[in-house]
Amino acid sequence: MSKLALDRISERFPSALVQRYVDRAGGEWGVVDRSQLLDVLALVKNDAALAFKLFLSLEGVDRLQLPENDPRFEVVYFVHSLVLKETLRLKVRVSEDDPVVPSAHAIYQGTNWWERLTFDFYGITFSGHPDLRRILLYEEFKGHPLRKDYALRDRQPLIPERPLKDIFRGPGTSGVQ
Amino acid sequence: MSDTPRPDAPLRPGEYRPDDVSEDGDDELESHLKTKRMRINMGPSHPATHGTVRLNIELEGETITYLDPEIGFLHRGFQKSCENVTWNQCLPYTDRLNYVSALANNFGFLNAVEKLMGLEIPLRAQYIRVIGAELHRLQDHLTATGATGLELGGFAPFLLAMEARELIQDRVTELTGARLTTSFGRVGGLNRDLPEAWTDKVLRTLEKTLGFIEEMETLMNTNRIFVDRTRGTGVITAEDALDFGFTGPCLRACGIDYDVRKAKPYWVYDRLDFDIPVGQNGDNYDRYLVRLEEMKQSEKIIRQALRDIPPGPVIVDDWRIALPPKPEVYGTIEGVIGHFKLIMEGVQVPAGEIYDSTESPNGELGWYIVSDGGGRPYKVHVRAPGFPILSGVPRMVTGRMLADLIPTFDTINMIGGEVEQ
Repeated sequence: MSKLALDRISERFPSALVQRYVDRAGGEWGVVDRSQLLDVLALVKNDAALAFKLFLSLEGVDRLQLPENDPRFEVVYFVHSLVLKETLRLKVRVSEDDPVVPSAHAIYQGTNWWERLTFDFYGITFSGHPDLRRILLYEEFKGHPLRKDYALRDRQPLIPERPLKDIFRGPGTSGVQ
Repeated sequence: MSDTPRPDAPLRPGEYRPDDVSEDGDDELESHLKTKRMRINMGPSHPATHGTVRLNIELEGETITYLDPEIGFLHRGFQKSCENVTWNQCLPYTDRLNYVSALANNFGFLNAVEKLMGLEIPLRAQYIRVIGAELHRLQDHLTATGATGLELGGFAPFLLAMEARELIQDRVTELTGARLTTSFGRVGGLNRDLPEAWTDKVLRTLEKTLGFIEEMETLMNTNRIFVDRTRGTGVITAEDALDFGFTGPCLRACGIDYDVRKAKPYWVYDRLDFDIPVGQNGDNYDRYLVRLEEMKQSEKIIRQALRDIPPGPVIVDDWRIALPPKPEVYGTIEGVIGHFKLIMEGVQVPAGEIYDSTESPNGELGWYIVSDGGGRPYKVHVRAPGFPILSGVPRMVTGRMLADLIPTFDTINMIGGEVEQ
């Protein structure tokens, strides 16, 4: 699975694939160098023989408690090709000090929300993202809950109600709560 | 859809922008009605939003110029919860992802875990999983199409759909013991076999359900109001749909026959004969029709599966994975130890990672699972089909009328539970 695509990537960008391995179920993985991620994604999408057009998903992994945890974060990408009928698995590794990955928004529009989700839960930022803000949690949330050092029962501080200046509350309140 | 106007920078709350009224060549006696762009909220609790989502809409007249869905109201910390319980204990959390088709989620998750373990489940269990998943596909599509009718002004189709859904829910209750949150299946197979005389009841239920579906078709398919509001609205091109990550009926309505059941057959889908209906235009009407046709295909699949199902065990015979039978637990020391270890430590899944997917009613339900070799998941990423589809909604309705948003929201069938995890 995905052998052809990974071969094509290393043929076109010899230094892009840092590592290749096969998982327990036979899925082939390619670990991509961060600086060449966008080139690789553009290649697999636009190459007529590969045509990985269907964007499936993207998310972060915090490897803090795994035996191999340097660099700490991974971002995994899954794209599917209707021509080859297979799913390509790619990942990028970034360290805790510099958790920045280039945004693939210009290549796959679908990455927009997944990148926001990864930012929300792991604190990994995506450079060049048009609208990087939290998606499921609220703006005032402290920390990133899917990081392994975020405690399961951690509490969040109470936050004041946001002012709602644009809402007219009707007569009797002068528009003020 | 490149012909829709790109929205300008969104308005901040309280900011209004006067409408651009062209002055050239107009009769100067004609007085234009001054309009301004307006920002309105739809939701979080709007009857047409199916769950809890807040839509920030900017309108110019009745045309949507900007739409930003705000999600997260139903966020329950699905992933964090899963990382702190054993593999089998994740099942109740997966029920609540898509609460209309819980079995598809249960089985999808178990399938990914079993693939990671390299475990082959008994043939009978595979057949029962197909039957359960297809029953819930019927139920999910009935809810989606019925609600589409309801929100476009037709109450009767909704009642017919609910009546059929109720019958299916009764069968699911007999099978699993619960109406909605089934938590059915275990790693390695299923926790119970089909109930007695269930097959016959299901066959009669399917017959009745088909009758209800046909009645819905006659009420809706050629109904002038329904067709006017759904045909040509909420259009998305095949290219955009792929780019956003649409799967399931929403992708197939654009003419792309991608279905995980055919593309990467799992369980016994490759032994069953069924078709993948596809649409043409990628609009609301096609998505509705694809769902209707899929229900008939599901009915076909269930009939074949019930006919072909072999006798045999429904769970693997390995006490490290499945609980030992009760006489063994009460009668032998090995049984007690097996039971104790499984309850206290959970199924031991070898270290590794996997991406695996099944076809849930709304599209590809993908799981990226990482195990560190213990009894608990290290990471459970769920690729809920509704999430990318909802992210494509602004593209489908920007530049269109506000009224088109309602059928679009119905036919994409957004489920708050899976989108907001």
